[in-house]
Amino acid sequence: MTSVPADPPASGHPHRRAVSRGSTFDPIFGFLCGAAATLLLATLTGVMISLAIGGWPAFAKFGLGFFTSTRWNPSPDIAGGEFYGGAGPIVGTLITAVVALVLSLPIAVGVAVFLTEFCPRALRRPIGIAVELLAGVPSIVYGMWGLFVFAPLFSQVVETPLAYWTPPPFLGPGFADFWNNVVIGDLVPNGSGILAASIILAIMILPFMAATLRELFLTVPPKVRESAYGVGCTPLEVVMSVTIPYVQRSAIGAVMLGLGRALGETMAVTFVIGNAHNFPKGLFSGGSTIASTIANEFAEATTPLHISALIALGFVLFIITFAVLAIARTLLNAQRQA
Amino acid sequence: MAAIAGFGVLILITLLILSALVAVLGSLFRARKLANLGFIAFCVGGATLAIVALAAILASLLANGLGGVNLAVFTQDTPAVGSPGGLRNAIVGSIAMCLMGMIIAVVIGVLAGTWLAEYSGRSRWTAAYGSIVRFVNDVLLSAPSILVGLFIYYVLVAKTWPLSLGHYSAMAGAVALAMLAVPVVTRTTEDVLRLQSKQLRESGVALGAPLWITIKDILWKAGSGGMITGALLAFARVSGETAPLLFTSLGNQFSTVHLLYKEGGKWIFDPSLGLNQPTASLPTVIFNYALSAYDDWRRLAWVGALLIAIAVLGINILVRVLSAEPKRS
Repeated sequence: MTSVPADPPASGHPHRRAVSRGSTFDPIFGFLCGAAATLLLATLTGVMISLAIGGWPAFAKFGLGFFTSTRWNPSPDIAGGEFYGGAGPIVGTLITAVVALVLSLPIAVGVAVFLTEFCPRALRRPIGIAVELLAGVPSIVYGMWGLFVFAPLFSQVVETPLAYWTPPPFLGPGFADFWNNVVIGDLVPNGSGILAASIILAIMILPFMAATLRELFLTVPPKVRESAYGVGCTPLEVVMSVTIPYVQRSAIGAVMLGLGRALGETMAVTFVIGNAHNFPKGLFSGGSTIASTIANEFAEATTPLHISALIALGFVLFIITFAVLAIARTLLNAQRQA
Repeated sequence: MAAIAGFGVLILITLLILSALVAVLGSLFRARKLANLGFIAFCVGGATLAIVALAAILASLLANGLGGVNLAVFTQDTPAVGSPGGLRNAIVGSIAMCLMGMIIAVVIGVLAGTWLAEYSGRSRWTAAYGSIVRFVNDVLLSAPSILVGLFIYYVLVAKTWPLSLGHYSAMAGAVALAMLAVPVVTRTTEDVLRLQSKQLRESGVALGAPLWITIKDILWKAGSGGMITGALLAFARVSGETAPLLFTSLGNQFSTVHLLYKEGGKWIFDPSLGLNQPTASLPTVIFNYALSAYDDWRRLAWVGALLIAIAVLGINILVRVLSAEPKRS
């Protein structure tokens, strides 16, 4: 007795032919899906490899100097020739992102707490939705607002008064030193600079962080929070000792995602940072970030070394953001699985 | 006027710092009510400050952009300094590149998401590979867009290898945008497919349908709402991106996206749709015009920013309306 073949010849059975043709396509479909997934992996590797290769001439030529020097001289005609030291933009990137985070994190927590604890019920949904919508506004809009509205105001209300203010002597010479060298730097009251860029960045990442934190706070089971209220905790104590510890890991992850955004942001920064290549002398000095340098100079770069130096900066940004995002995702995923 | 608003915000910030101080002092002295009062004031003040700042941004967008909106914006190309003009070439270029990018992104993203949801659980090895891909996708989801621009410049615009196009073009721009959209589509596709019940999959098997038919006709169909939402969100994200277009599609003073165009009094048929040339886009025009020193260019930049903001917010609201519908019923 011979067994019936699994796929009988299809002649005369149009329906069966369709099915059997279908199953021969099965492995192809699976392969296509797998290939698309692999393409994602290939893209990230491709970004890393191409930036490394493209930046190699600059790394090879300047070595460690690329990270430590602040001389950025694209013109071969000036004494010393072309030289690219990325310390200014690299430090500028880190400072603006960290200052932006320091400025926006407390307020983002405040907004998230306000929305989950204090907000009148009727306003909760509209404000929540508004915050989420604003997280999607393109960054160039924030940049334009920064350039045309915020910078003149900042110059008039904050920078000009500060430029004429000297710290009173009773605060001591130590404070005056700190004030002049760390805060004021070489202040030009035109509304642009490291702090101005940080504030715009902070406003930009605020809705994103507030929306994420609010979502996290909502995952805390009401029972846990209510039991804390039940033993007589004030809202402050509930938030500090129940809500925040409950979502701690993912909250740190969410904050680092915000940091990642701030590090790589181009448009919100480029308009107001002042675009100076030197090492930022103070919070009010002009500066640059990696992203703003690339955006400003790439189209005008003519020599291969200049392009290579910009791609090398891109590679540095890639490594920094990759590390931050990897930590963020690990923390967020750990919470999700727990 | 602006100065008054500025001082108002300054006062708000001072109050914010004061209330934070009260909260800290209160907890130092174990005065629970005081600390709590400071905390509530801080939260309310913070929310007010955030809303004021964001409302100010939208208000200035309307105030500066709305006055410049007229028919010429949609019917004329970007002008030379001092002459009248509009944003037609930039709008058309943006739409063309976004659509092209989204087509690429949906194909790749849906397939990759399907693999993650349906195929990655087959063995220990595929599961491990799947978690790597998922992690990489999460990183790409928030990767700096300017790096994507640099990457596409390096592979498609610069003459680094034989497969490069070798020049700035709408196609390179579309690929850069696709790269930013793929992770969003992949993520939502996977999430949506994972939500589908086992019975749904078994129903396909019971009918004797091959796996790919089951996925295509049953799972994708069942999850289409969520997948469309994901694609729309990706579209909204991509349509405002500036940085990746700066060195991939560059920009162009003229309309380049067309099937037929007139040159020297003769109509010429262009099968490439003009996608092989440097192409203007709204975000890059805004970037260049906002940084220029000319008032009429700056006005156009505001109009462009308003248009983009409306488009992006509109898509986001549409997504909300679409995804809220089934929940209510």
